[in-house]
Amino acid sequence: MLTFQCPYCGVQACETELAAGGEAHLKRFGPGSSDDDFEGYLFLRPNVKGVHFERWRHAMGCGKWFLAARCTATLEVFGTYPAQTTEPPADIIAAIKASRPDWSLT
Amino acid sequence: MRRYSAFAIAREAMRHHLGWERAWKSPAPKSRYDVIIVGAGGHGLATAYYLGKNHGIRNVAVIEKGWLGGGNTGRNTTIIRSNYLQDPSAAIYEKARSLYETLSQDLNYNVMFSPRGVMMLAQTEHEIRGYQRTAHANALQGVTTEFISRARVKELCPIINIDGPRYPVLGALWQPRGGTARHDAVAWGYARACSDMGMDIIQQTEVTGVKREGGRVVGVETTKGDIDCDKLGIVVAGHSGVMAERAGFRLPIESVALQALVSEPIKPIMDVVVMANTVHGYMSQSDKGEMVIGGGADNYNNYTQRGSFQHVEETVRALIETFPIISRLKMLRWWGGIVDMTGDRSPIISKTPVDGVFVNCGWGTGGFKAIPGSGWAMAELMAKGHSPLADAFSLGRFREGRFIDESVAAGVAH
Repeated sequence: MLTFQCPYCGVQACETELAAGGEAHLKRFGPGSSDDDFEGYLFLRPNVKGVHFERWRHAMGCGKWFLAARCTATLEVFGTYPAQTTEPPADIIAAIKASRPDWSLT
Repeated sequence: MRRYSAFAIAREAMRHHLGWERAWKSPAPKSRYDVIIVGAGGHGLATAYYLGKNHGIRNVAVIEKGWLGGGNTGRNTTIIRSNYLQDPSAAIYEKARSLYETLSQDLNYNVMFSPRGVMMLAQTEHEIRGYQRTAHANALQGVTTEFISRARVKELCPIINIDGPRYPVLGALWQPRGGTARHDAVAWGYARACSDMGMDIIQQTEVTGVKREGGRVVGVETTKGDIDCDKLGIVVAGHSGVMAERAGFRLPIESVALQALVSEPIKPIMDVVVMANTVHGYMSQSDKGEMVIGGGADNYNNYTQRGSFQHVEETVRALIETFPIISRLKMLRWWGGIVDMTGDRSPIISKTPVDGVFVNCGWGTGGFKAIPGSGWAMAELMAKGHSPLADAFSLGRFREGRFIDESVAAGVAH
């Protein structure tokens, strides 16, 4: 069973307490952008097998959105961080590299 | 290929069963094929089969990373139905269902198709209206379904508790020619027929790259060396995103785990398939006597082929309320499969941004029932560049907003 530590309230929450919110750090495209950009933003996903940055909501707890780094092939969780970030913080990157030396942020 | 028949069984019984041949060959890959299909599951093998049977393209290889039929083909709950709401879905699923009717004869392999009837319970007022609408749509599409009363539900499946305290059964959408088939046999039967046409089924070989020249596919890199091809079909379900990345494009797909479980075998207690969508559970009884139970999908990206405990609890709790008779049944096996979900919960059978590369994916939680129709349409698309059954399921529909929205009509696990 997946568990994440909520970065706001500090609770170690299991997946029944949480709601998954899909990929994190998506670049938004709105009115006026090209069809390609809009399609990419709305639908196309790398759907990686490996390190995945994603959004979760502590739905049965503090109710806040947070972000997490997790491996989709092993379910290993590398860490969580607040949603008010536009890219993964250095300590999360370090945690990922510690167990996945070949991995790099693309 | 020696045909299977009652006579063959008698003949082999006379000589200690020494005359049975291997059902399919396991050749080393050639250096070039007209068509390579990645993925030897039901959809991949059916694509190869109809390429040979309907279009005369027989210089075909089917390359499989693991073993034949070991992915979702061997992990589903074997239900076959075609009671969909939208016209393109009804067309392809009904094509598949009708091909299942004669598949055993067609392949000379017993796929144990059992049109025992599929019942989708209506347990809320909204479901009654939704299923009545589907029944009307099916009438126009030429798919035989009917909205039946709760008394008829009880008559068809006496073990149902129609007066459940929380969600009483109010009626059901009934498809009398829906049912089940033996899932492994579908893959094995297609594999045997493909091998008989001279196609190569290459197992334990991973396609690690797609070779392109000037925006066109020229071959694949595999763990057994490079193989050239004119056309490439990617039919890999949960790993579609991984293969698409190797071919240089992205798909509107996310992979999640869907799980199922079976009970210990018991005497026959139900001879229909029952789906209870409001409470999230569906059940049928296999020929061995096991109760086959399907659960819900996880909602986060996952490649581990494992289920989550809470979904088992959720599903079993719901089913015990609907079928009190199973409350003391022991569960025997529990497994997960990785399903490829699209935004509109409809599949993709399409050309791709790379010339000569075609994808057949996105079947999500309901691919087994579609295998023959999916293979039929994909083969036609790959052979002719166009298929009436596949047109609506193109990749372009996301960009153009032509969704085939089955997320409400389709079933339980969405």
